[in-house]
Amino acid sequence: MNIYWHCLAGIVQREWLRFVLQRSRFFSALVRPLLWLLVFAAGFRAALGIAIIAPYDTYITYETYIVPGLACMILLFNGMQGSLSMVYDREMGSMRVLLTSPLPRAFLLASKLLAIALISLLQVYAFLAIAWFYGVQPPAWGLLAALPALLLVALLLSALGLLLSNGIRQLENFAGVMNFVIFPLFFLSSALYPLWKMREASEWLYWLCALNPFSHAVELVRFALYQRLSLSALLICLGLTGLFAVLAVVTFNPQHAALRRAG
Amino acid sequence: MRIALLALGIGLTLASTASKAATAYVSNEKDDSISVINLDSLEITDTLAVGMRPRGLLLSSDHKLLYICASDSDRVQVMDLASRKIVKELPSGADPEQFALHPNDRWLYISNEDDALATVVDTQTDEVLAQIDVGVEPEGMAVSPDGKWAVNTSETTNMLHWIDTSTQQLVDNTLVDQRPRFVEFDPDGTRLWASAEIGGTVTVIDVASRQVLKTLSFQIKGVHPDKVQPVGVRLSADGKLAFVALGPANHVAVLDAKTYEILDYLLVGRRVWHMAFTPDQKRLLTTNGVSGDVSVIDVDSLKVSKSIKVGRYPWGVVVTP
Repeated sequence: MNIYWHCLAGIVQREWLRFVLQRSRFFSALVRPLLWLLVFAAGFRAALGIAIIAPYDTYITYETYIVPGLACMILLFNGMQGSLSMVYDREMGSMRVLLTSPLPRAFLLASKLLAIALISLLQVYAFLAIAWFYGVQPPAWGLLAALPALLLVALLLSALGLLLSNGIRQLENFAGVMNFVIFPLFFLSSALYPLWKMREASEWLYWLCALNPFSHAVELVRFALYQRLSLSALLICLGLTGLFAVLAVVTFNPQHAALRRAG
Repeated sequence: MRIALLALGIGLTLASTASKAATAYVSNEKDDSISVINLDSLEITDTLAVGMRPRGLLLSSDHKLLYICASDSDRVQVMDLASRKIVKELPSGADPEQFALHPNDRWLYISNEDDALATVVDTQTDEVLAQIDVGVEPEGMAVSPDGKWAVNTSETTNMLHWIDTSTQQLVDNTLVDQRPRFVEFDPDGTRLWASAEIGGTVTVIDVASRQVLKTLSFQIKGVHPDKVQPVGVRLSADGKLAFVALGPANHVAVLDAKTYEILDYLLVGRRVWHMAFTPDQKRLLTTNGVSGDVSVIDVDSLKVSKSIKVGRYPWGVVVTP
């Protein structure tokens, strides 16, 4: 048991160091959702309130609406950036050093996912703190209740990131991930607009959003922030996290980069 | 044994007081009904059919009777709240919209919007005591806590009309901004607050001299000034806070009633007009006509905790303990 703990602590510490040393990464992770909150939402101007939808009990401003989506946006970018760092680790060979560990590969990868998730949570709470001072104030207990939801979503998205990184052969392909994964996941979700609004625009757009796993991640966090449980969102997030994690471990091939170089 | 019984007795007493929730009554202008809200569960417990186009609501001082302005039925209905039945109808004059009850619990001062009249009815003898000519489209009505003054607003004449209740005569007028909709006296009766819907202001008047003390205007970030149309005004019993419902701006302004400083704007439902405190003054209910709901404001934290769907176009609201 001790050896597992030691290994996990080492991996978390490495992620932590990477996080501390790359301070710009922390700020860029914060600046992105803050720009959305302070600029996009301000331009959107729904000062007259948007219609009541669960889990809200009364009318809310657009700023209040998008905060859970933006918190998940941080997790999404970090999950994908985690996958970027996997590709980097593979190319630089540090992944192979990690895999020389006698512990099972699944454990190593799970530790890696958890490490990325924990670092992401710090950024999310930094963002929520700023949003609080900006006037978006969910109930205090809701902030605590959101912790497990955020952790699950972080794991879900970093498992997805890991799975994708298995398919990426080179660092340069990450731009493709941005275009074909992050943007569609984010924009075709309930992060920026309520789904009923999407339905008013078009039915197929609504279904794309409703089927998007990221929508369920956002709703899980949104409900938790207001001390409610969205059971369907929870089950979908749990199921997908398990599925992505298993697929990621099965398809994981540390030889990718090395083979390519040899060939 | 005796102690156990005593404890049981206290427990039962506590339970019975706890179970007696404050109740809100909301008039639904388009549904010809009154929604009854249990303020513990914040749910509608009953919907009562009343006369046509119910608007202004009032309680008798013992909270046993509910007076209802049934505008399109041209009468004021009186509902016994124990049985929730209409027990009588008062001759109100045409199109009664708002009214106020004198502290003697008998004289009802009623605005007759279409006739430029204020009608005074004795609620015990059902007699019309007086009909007083006022400005065009009379609307708001308030009686001072000492019972000396009844003040009526006329929407088109843009005036407050001061009626001396001892003679039932109009003795003075005060010009305010366009379309005055509502008047409310301070709990101590020294000041009168009058909202002007088109003018977008609230005028505060010294009752003794009947001179304007202050004209308040409102500005909400991101909301066009044309949408700021003050209607309902409520003052907390401790005299510290004033709440102004800003109509289609969908916000309630909260002011320091002494310094007139605006403390906050609270987002509620669409087209907020009238408001009522719960008896413990901890919550304030607002009627949001266009969105068809009632928002609940927590007075201590100045946050809106919930909005409850009621009938179509909720107008007036009162709360019994």
